[in-house]
Amino acid sequence: MDRLPSLLRQHIAALRLLLAFTVLCGLVYPVALWGVAQVAFKNQANGSLVSVNGKVVGSSLLCQEFVDARGNPLPQYFQPRPSNATSGAKTDYGCDAGYSGASNLGPDNSALLRTVKARQRQIAAFDHVPVAQIPPDAVTSSASGLDPDISPQNADIQVARVAAARHLPTATVRALVGKYTQGRSLGFLGEPRVDVVTLNIALDELPGQGK
Amino acid sequence: MSGAVAGVLQLGLLVAALAACYRPLGDYMARVFLSDRHWRVERAWYRLAGIDPGADQRWGSYARSMLAFSGVSVLFLYLLERVQNHLPYANGMAPVPSFLAWNTAASFVTNTNWQNYAGESTMGYTVQMAGLAVQNFVSAGVGIAVLIALVRGFMRNKTDRLGNFWVDITRAVVRLLLPLSVIGAVILMAAGVIDNFTPTHLIAAVTGGQQTMVGGPVASQEVIKELGNNGGGFFNANSAHPFENPSPFSNWFEIFLMLVIPFALPRTFGKMVGDNRQGYLLVAVMLGLWLTSVGLISLFEWQHAGTALQAAGGAMEGKEVRFGIPGSALFAGSTTATSTGAVNSFLDSFTTFGGMVALCNMMLGEVVPGGAGAGLYGLLMLAVLTVFIGGLMVGRTPEYLGKKIRPTEMKWAAAYILATPFCVLVGSALSLGLSVPQRSILNPGPHGLTEIVYAFTSMGNNNGSAFAGLATNTGWYNLAGGVVMLVARFAAMIFVLALGGSLARQQKVPESAGTLKTHGPLFAGLLVGVIVILVGLTYFPALALGPFAEGLR
Repeated sequence: MDRLPSLLRQHIAALRLLLAFTVLCGLVYPVALWGVAQVAFKNQANGSLVSVNGKVVGSSLLCQEFVDARGNPLPQYFQPRPSNATSGAKTDYGCDAGYSGASNLGPDNSALLRTVKARQRQIAAFDHVPVAQIPPDAVTSSASGLDPDISPQNADIQVARVAAARHLPTATVRALVGKYTQGRSLGFLGEPRVDVVTLNIALDELPGQGK
Repeated sequence: MSGAVAGVLQLGLLVAALAACYRPLGDYMARVFLSDRHWRVERAWYRLAGIDPGADQRWGSYARSMLAFSGVSVLFLYLLERVQNHLPYANGMAPVPSFLAWNTAASFVTNTNWQNYAGESTMGYTVQMAGLAVQNFVSAGVGIAVLIALVRGFMRNKTDRLGNFWVDITRAVVRLLLPLSVIGAVILMAAGVIDNFTPTHLIAAVTGGQQTMVGGPVASQEVIKELGNNGGGFFNANSAHPFENPSPFSNWFEIFLMLVIPFALPRTFGKMVGDNRQGYLLVAVMLGLWLTSVGLISLFEWQHAGTALQAAGGAMEGKEVRFGIPGSALFAGSTTATSTGAVNSFLDSFTTFGGMVALCNMMLGEVVPGGAGAGLYGLLMLAVLTVFIGGLMVGRTPEYLGKKIRPTEMKWAAAYILATPFCVLVGSALSLGLSVPQRSILNPGPHGLTEIVYAFTSMGNNNGSAFAGLATNTGWYNLAGGVVMLVARFAAMIFVLALGGSLARQQKVPESAGTLKTHGPLFAGLLVGVIVILVGLTYFPALALGPFAEGLR
């Protein structure tokens, strides 16, 4: 070693140190933590999956589209926020975890303005509510495209439509929304929200509501 | 409780947690780098790598070791990406294309973590874990090592030695980043961050269709991504992805992780130079400017100016419901004020002035509080400049902590201060002047100009956040971006080490009645003034043509 030029010696030392770091931080550390995760936090580590009758049907952390084969929203389900997570294929309507991401449209972009207005018209017609009642999260796309939540106001404007489509009393649906509404953590972290996938599953599980 | 009050309480809890860590963590880091004793495992480690831990290096030798390590890292990461289809747990990914692999290698080695790819459709689990996440550790370690070498320049007298790079980076990783990451990762797992090796697969959805389910060793990578101020997301949506950042608590905790080391390092500095008041001054300047930026972003997002946002009734485009405006604004202000660059909401869709504050945070030079190590050495360079200006005002030879700031020292400080803006402005100007790079712009008008300026400001300051509408996975942005990131990072580091070397050679001069006190409010005001004026003089034309033109119509 000593006879090699010092520049080369430094690079060999650097390579050896990098390989040592790769083993320590790139293999031992993540595999050990994976072990901890799979033993102590099995549910969270595997994606907080939710099952119906023992069959996995989604994750409480990822939104799903509740649409028919042509992409029209199903009235008997609460609808998630608009999503940009899509492969771009015609039948991929959003909430596709293979393609997380946002629209990135600017605050003054005319294309975004048109989209927001179109969404407001669509929701006003679908839910029979005035545009002024539609909260911002219902007409803007989320950051991840996978936002599992909607705001309580967004759930509220959908209650009457869902109840009518399911022939349920409005009060029953509203009570269920209340049950699935999460407040701020510790009273001040984050925002109040409703998880759409678990709420819709709970709706399907009401007596007489099976598919 | 109203949203605004909740937001203030969230910020208050964060400041309290950072304040509680300031002394214990800062003192611990000082002990890590001052101790003469090597742990037994570390001695074995040095033997394994063939390194003499007792060697005390001159600044040039320290810099060469740092460059050799980083150069080897770029090459290794590049090769790993190119052959990832042959590695286990590739998750079906093809080799990363060469230009993209180059950009990504440069990006992760420089602690920038600018991403021209979507993680879930480009990188296999082995590259994420053994390539990208390893650089998350060691690139943060390099930043801390260079800072410590500079601090030794202030501590030592009449020597040309600044310490041992190999020992400094090993200790930064083994004694600091790794243990904190283990604790943080377990907390993130409990909060719901995934950690598995299940390949991407389809599951049946509630209404009968199919849903893509993604996996990966995320928790272990997520923690160091924030703690080391890296910011490279496992998934394309980064910390907005529910699998990376599932709850309001995980969001708060990730913000805490990215701030805790940069805010505690001033204590380490004060401890090492033997005057804790110096640390308090620097942390006060950092805190003041960071709080200002967080407050401004929150205010602008709350007001949701902009035609589309006004029509929607709130600035929720590109934001997640569980974080809301306060959690998104706090994250955005913190990720750009540190050199993290992770995002939990998409800055391109922020209000014009909200996005501009994020941009200005980076233009400050990533010093309030900046990245792990890099933030404090940047602020010390600006402090040197401030002392120099103060000295000119009273007509005395300027001194900082007993070291004279002579023409040699000023040359290195000035070179440092010019290096980043040079990279940023030349890169932006070329992208705007050439026709092909312009086609990457998504949003028309001044916002498009901001997209490009933001991109090069982010890469030049090794931040890594983006106005992500700009389509940057092109030959030009991959190539030029890689060069900008490497030059801005390593030229700056060489200047820092050179300054450390020339400071170490001096004999400390005793304080006299005429010495400018560098621990009082006067100096703090002067330092803030220098930082802000420097940004204004350098970047005002770009800001005028971009955000101001857009927002003041």
